[in-house]
Amino acid sequence: MFLLKLLFRNAFRHRLRTLLTVLGITVAILAFGLLQTVVTAWYAGVNNSSSTRLVTRNAVSLVFSLPIAYQERIRRIEGVSAVSYANWFGGVYITEKNFFPNFAIDAKSYLDLYPEFVLKPEEKRDFQRDRKGCVVGRKLAERFGWKLGDSVPLRGTIFPGNWEFVVRGIYTGVDTATDESQFFFHWEYLNETLRKSIARRADQIGVYIIGLKNPQSAAEVSLAVDATFKNSLAETLTETEKAFQLSFVSMTEAIVVAIRIVSFVVIIIIMVVVANTMAMTARERIGEYAIFKAMGFQAHHIAGMVFGESLFITATGGGLGILLTFPVARKFGEVMGNFFPVFQVDSSTLYMDLVFCLIVGVIAGIFPTWRAIRIKIADGLRRIG
Amino acid sequence: MSVSGEQQTMVTVNAVSKSYRRGNQPVPVLEGISFEIAKGEFLALMGPSGSGKSTLLNLIAGIDTVDSGSIVINGVDIATLDESELARWRASNVGFIFQFYNLIPVLTAYENVELPLLLTTLSRHERRRHVEAALDVVSLSDRKEHFPSQLSGGQQQRVAIARAIVTDPAILVADEPTGDLDRVSAGEILELMGRLNAEQGKTIIMVTHDPRAAEKAHIIRQLDKGLLNDVSA
Repeated sequence: MFLLKLLFRNAFRHRLRTLLTVLGITVAILAFGLLQTVVTAWYAGVNNSSSTRLVTRNAVSLVFSLPIAYQERIRRIEGVSAVSYANWFGGVYITEKNFFPNFAIDAKSYLDLYPEFVLKPEEKRDFQRDRKGCVVGRKLAERFGWKLGDSVPLRGTIFPGNWEFVVRGIYTGVDTATDESQFFFHWEYLNETLRKSIARRADQIGVYIIGLKNPQSAAEVSLAVDATFKNSLAETLTETEKAFQLSFVSMTEAIVVAIRIVSFVVIIIIMVVVANTMAMTARERIGEYAIFKAMGFQAHHIAGMVFGESLFITATGGGLGILLTFPVARKFGEVMGNFFPVFQVDSSTLYMDLVFCLIVGVIAGIFPTWRAIRIKIADGLRRIG
Repeated sequence: MSVSGEQQTMVTVNAVSKSYRRGNQPVPVLEGISFEIAKGEFLALMGPSGSGKSTLLNLIAGIDTVDSGSIVINGVDIATLDESELARWRASNVGFIFQFYNLIPVLTAYENVELPLLLTTLSRHERRRHVEAALDVVSLSDRKEHFPSQLSGGQQQRVAIARAIVTDPAILVADEPTGDLDRVSAGEILELMGRLNAEQGKTIIMVTHDPRAAEKAHIIRQLDKGLLNDVSA
């Protein structure tokens, strides 16, 4: 108790210096937390992918489509529980700034493969009945103020033309990590229109989503699917949903690496700042440490005082930084919702924050402690006066 | 120079030499010093600056080590103790009084006095009793919640004396205890030290430049250029 009181009072002996150091740590931990959360958000699709789903695409590239006729052949493969499909539509709502992912899906089967999208039964029924109907995520609906029955126009980019949809359902995520910013409509609507306008593009889909009876059979089923279509005009590449999502993230991996490096650099900078503060503190108090030693206090007592103060300062700054990370990340997520549909502070980020606070506190205290312990009492006393 | 037969010896300094290095050159500070201090003695060490009196005080207090010779205090040759043992020995045997008081500025008078007791096994209640008794001896019970910056120089030195005696050490070492005080405050501090010596039987070794301060001592020893020159009672 006495030591804690001494630590607290010592820490605030130079209030301005301590407050600036605490502020520096707070900002560093906040910046680290946000940057790590950006990385987490980047990988949100990967982390939230299901182990019970496979994704099959054209082996050449995702740009090339697959025939709709593959669906029945895939369904017959051992280990497959369900097959659905989707097309990236790439439609624009009013202006490009309003970006959100929109897909043409098989209305009958797609949502059954995604239990994380929770939709009321009557809304699902309405969606399936209306060929022009669409289902949108809660956040997306809130973003544009859409309600059930509202008409939503999209301008096609990959599939030219103006497309009209009616909001028939608003899904919510089964948990906070679920992306609630997607837009789904009937593939049938897209296909019928293409048959009339660009017939050669009709009856094609972007990807098949395959439901597995057993997640353990993912590798066997993937091989079986690809073997089925080997030497066909459109060979397939089947992979787990996680691997599929990772292939997108890997395209931007350099950015993620850069963000990670910056976040660690921030921690190193603040470590130097705290170490400097503690070194100044120890230099000023060398005489006091000599007095403590003269009275019989030993090296471990002195080390406890210096390390304790260093840890107290970093814990205060780190604690404030962690507390601030949540509201700032929430605000950041709101502002950057277009790019990061799921922007949540991960528990691993908090653990890293705590570990880095501890590391900064300990490392910053090493040199001052070493100096304080090594000072000869007579030399230390000579510095007073 | 030895203590008379009836008096018990508290400190025996035997052929102590000490030098410091300045660059590659050893600079002798004390050369073959030998003397004894009786239990309950009040000794003043005087001498010009650089004569080695503070060094000798530090050696006796166990905060510096001899190059050769031995210092035996109350039967313990402190030159044979390792750093940890020496720290424990200081905690229970030596009370320090410094020229600049050397109180911890973030602690109150009470807390400053309590500091040495944190190294003991006393309970909080017992510590309180000791601290209050020590503050009572120096007549500062009414200032115990004050921080050093709220006290005058003389009061700070009285707190430092309370801190020095709170563990009831055998020896008090004082390095220029009145060097930073005005005449009135210096007189009060010397009076207090005299009382501690007379009433509590504390052995006091005081380094001073001030002849008036030295007058309070029973014995005055003069150091010059590392040699013990003179003794006057």
